[in-house]
Amino acid sequence: MSDPEAESKALTGFWIYLMTDCVLFASLFATFAVLRNNTYGGPGGDELFSLPFVLTETLILLTSSFTCGLGMLSARMGSKKQVLFWFALTFLLGVAFLGLELSEFHRLAAEGNNWRRSGFLSAFFTLVSTHGLHITAGLLWMAVMMYKTARRGLTTGNVRKLTMLSLFWHFLDVVWIFIFSIVYLIGAL
Amino acid sequence: MTRVIYAKHEAGQGSLRTYVSGFILSIILTLTAFAFVYLHVHSEHGTFSHHLLIPLIVVLAVAQLFVQLRFFLHVGRESKPRWNLMALIFAVIVVLIVVIGSLWIMSNLNYRMMSSPQLINKYLKSQGDL
Repeated sequence: MSDPEAESKALTGFWIYLMTDCVLFASLFATFAVLRNNTYGGPGGDELFSLPFVLTETLILLTSSFTCGLGMLSARMGSKKQVLFWFALTFLLGVAFLGLELSEFHRLAAEGNNWRRSGFLSAFFTLVSTHGLHITAGLLWMAVMMYKTARRGLTTGNVRKLTMLSLFWHFLDVVWIFIFSIVYLIGAL
Repeated sequence: MTRVIYAKHEAGQGSLRTYVSGFILSIILTLTAFAFVYLHVHSEHGTFSHHLLIPLIVVLAVAQLFVQLRFFLHVGRESKPRWNLMALIFAVIVVLIVVIGSLWIMSNLNYRMMSSPQLINKYLKSQGDL
């Protein structure tokens, strides 16, 4: 796989996977939107979520998407050192995001508001933790790619996989914008 | 040699400028949406009605979607035929059908089933069995 045409085919294949993932998230968003007010006498979004906390999560993930893009720029310029630096930064921001998300889940569950509390919370946990699982998978992939890049350098194959990884990471940030807007912001109203 | 070709091939896709402008625009859009909701929640009587705020938040999210598609994912910058763009448009159509369709069907169902407790009680009383 060294000619540009094969490269672009591989990227299109990965892009089509991302589009099917869109459909997965759309069905979870639709479920959430339908069950939004079914709190079964329990607390709704306005009582549960802390807006500044979620804004912090959002800005961390947005910054990691940006540093991931800078990592790809360095990859195209062929600077292995810079690629490792930017992806390590992206990785750390991703871990910080995941840590914040898990601490929020822990807080909710400790208050007795877990996914068994109401239809609203079931939908909330399903949607947000599916995104969290994607982030976890992305972090594992990123760790593997950093190891491979450190060992073998920026080979054509590595750059192609880094490109796919960056598409995946930007995609997760786009999904998060909608979680932030629809689940948290509209939920807080 | 192959890397040179690859670099050329991808060169049209992104530059420092596109990433920085995408990042700044995204932050502005995020903070705008956040500020509207935060001010609304923390003011005594609320700022705008929900009928205005909800569409506003959705519009800001969609605007950010376009910003990130353009500046981070470089949609629309591939050479023809634009398979990626076509796959995206198809996905958007499916997403809209699933989300709008679900909301429509379920709200219609709620309406016809009279799902509010007051309405159900009223109905039961009208049947005279209570």
